[in-house]
Formats: sequence, C-alpha cells, structure tokens
Amino acid sequence: MKITSRAVAGTLESNDVLVTVSPGAKGLEVAVDSIVLNQFEAQIRQAVTDTAREMGVQEARIELNDRGALECTIKARVETALRRAGEAAV
Amino acid sequence: MRRSMLFVPGNSPGMLLSADIHQADAVILDLEDAVAPNQKDAARVLVRRALLGLPYRGVEIIIRINPLGSGFTRDDIFAMVPLKPKLLMPTKVSGPQDIHEISAMVAQAEQENGLEAGSVGLLPLLETAAGIENAYLIASCDPRVKAIFLGAEDLSSDLQAVRSLKGDEILYARGRVVVAARAAGVEVYDTPFTDVNDEEGLEKDAAFARALGFTGKAAISPRHIPAINAAFSPSQEEISYAMEVMAAIEEGQKQGRGAVSLRGKMIDKPIVDRARRVLDNAEALGLGGRT
Repeated sequence: MKITSRAVAGTLESNDVLVTVSPGAKGLEVAVDSIVLNQFEAQIRQAVTDTAREMGVQEARIELNDRGALECTIKARVETALRRAGEAAV
Repeated sequence: MRRSMLFVPGNSPGMLLSADIHQADAVILDLEDAVAPNQKDAARVLVRRALLGLPYRGVEIIIRINPLGSGFTRDDIFAMVPLKPKLLMPTKVSGPQDIHEISAMVAQAEQENGLEAGSVGLLPLLETAAGIENAYLIASCDPRVKAIFLGAEDLSSDLQAVRSLKGDEILYARGRVVVAARAAGVEVYDTPFTDVNDEEGLEKDAAFARALGFTGKAAISPRHIPAINAAFSPSQEEISYAMEVMAAIEEGQKQGRGAVSLRGKMIDKPIVDRARRVLDNAEALGLGGRT
C-alpha cells in the first residue's frame, strides 16, 4: 500500500491513541508521544511497525499521541489511519 | 443462558477493554448507533483487533451491525464473520426478505473464510412497525435466526408514540414479539431500560418483561446488569417449589397415580414443564436445583 495523503485515526481519550499518517520518503518514520513512554516505547514502536508491515506499507511517517492504549488499540488505530491515507490515492 | 446483554460502543477502546467485567451474560459490540457515520471504518477495525487481542472471559460476544440501506451492512458482515461470532445482530429488520438478504451475505462471507455454513447466527433487532407485524415470519424464516430482540426507542418513533416510564405504548409490541418467538421456537429479548439512574423503575420493568415471557433484557449501562440478572434468574422460592413439584410427580408415578396434587392443587403438564425450566435454568446458573 502506498501512502499518498495525510490521514488521522483515534482520539485523545483515555485508553486511546491519536495516530497521524502522512507520506514519507525514508522508510517508516515513527514518532511516539505517550503517557507511558518510559515504560513501553519499544512495545509501542513494535506494534506500529508490525502493523505497517502487515499492510505492506514501506514508506510513511506515523505519529502517535498515546493515552495509554493497549496493543490491540494501537494496531487498530494505525491500521485505520494507514487505510485512510492509502484509500485517498485510489 | 442470556439474562443480560450489555451494549458497548464499538469505537470506544476503554469500554471495549472492560466489556467483560460487568457480569453481563453477553455483550453487544455496537457498530451501529453508537458509532458516528465517519467512524464506521475505525470501529470495524477496533472491534476486530479487540476480539483478536483481548480474552473476553465468561461473556458471549454479539456484534450489532448497520441496517440494510445504510451502505455499511456488507462491510460490517465481511469484517466480522471471519472472527466467528456466534451471533450478529442485524438492525431495523422489517421482514423476512431482510433476513434472506443478510443471511446470503453471511453465507458468502462464511464460505470465503472457510467457515462451516450456518455457523454464524442472527439475532434480529425488531424496531419498526413492519418488523413487529412480521415478527413471526422473521423469527421462523431462516435457521440462522436464533432469537429476536425488541428495540423500543426506534419503534416508538416509527409508531409516532410517546415513550413513557411504564411502557404502555410498547405493550402490544412486547406481547407480539414474545408470542412470535415462542411460536417459532427461538429466544426473545427485551429493549433496554433507558433511565440509568432509576433503579426501582428498572427492577419493575425487568420483572414485567420476565413475566411477559422474555428470555432476558438488554442494558445500556453496566449499572443495570445486576438488577436484570436478578430479575431473569429463578428465585429460591421458585426453585424450592419446582423441586417439590418434581418430587410429588415422582412419588405419584411410584404409586401408580394418574393425577397428583401439591399444596391442594392439581399438578398438570404446564406446571411440570415450568418446574423443569426453572430447575434447568437454576442448574445452568449454578443455583442448584437438581438433587
């Protein structure tokens, strides 16, 4: 999937994460801001890259503003944002 | 046994996360009214990821999907069927033709995902005047239909009725769906009580629904679950009486008597059937009941 536009998914509510996806040119660029950054940054980044790979996305900038989301929520919001950013190109 | 069914918004991670902690017998993960039209895609993905990633112990999962004509039904079905839900809840079902159309989509999704044909059941939500009038046809038109569910809020609007605490305006609909479901041999569930803070009103409403013959009742608040579970569970008095009935029948059979009485009243077949149901339900709920 090629990311050609900017898209957002999720919210800033507790247990959720706001994900912003935009086109990138240097592979996967992941920026994470989280209330649990010190404890879980590696796991959050892993969830993001796993989801992007699963969807065949090789180049994108993915920004997360995390409010304590579980792994399944992070993956869901990243997937939705990637789909929205990719769909716009169709 | 489904006494209580809790509605949980499909696009709310916090509520999805805690869906199984409220002692509801089932949770209805909602892709319909609780989700804004521009978030339907997000809700489908979130519900799918939640069901794959969270354990949901001790609670049955039902997924409420968007109605035909909304433009979302097909996407809902093809996103949810691979998760092998026991039940999908189609909404605003008005006649058997709606069930045929939805059932065909579910069958296609089952086939494409290698699932056994007919493994995903339907629990149609009847919330239109036409749906109530066609309740028996809906309940009996397809083996996928395992139960029917009364939705009073949309129904009241369709009827141009005024919603009240007592619910006189939905009495006919309640009776109609119970008769239809029992005639078709499926279960039947009552509409939620919508005042979150009126405990007494909830208890009366749930007791009345049980007396009418409903199997259980939905809830829009976790706070309603204990009262609904209590209303749809057999009481100790009912269990004791049912045990006495079964003991009297057994004794009568031993003595070769055709007619048996208990507490001065004849025990006929409907009383025995009711006693068996009470004991079956008590056993299923771990309340004892079988000796």
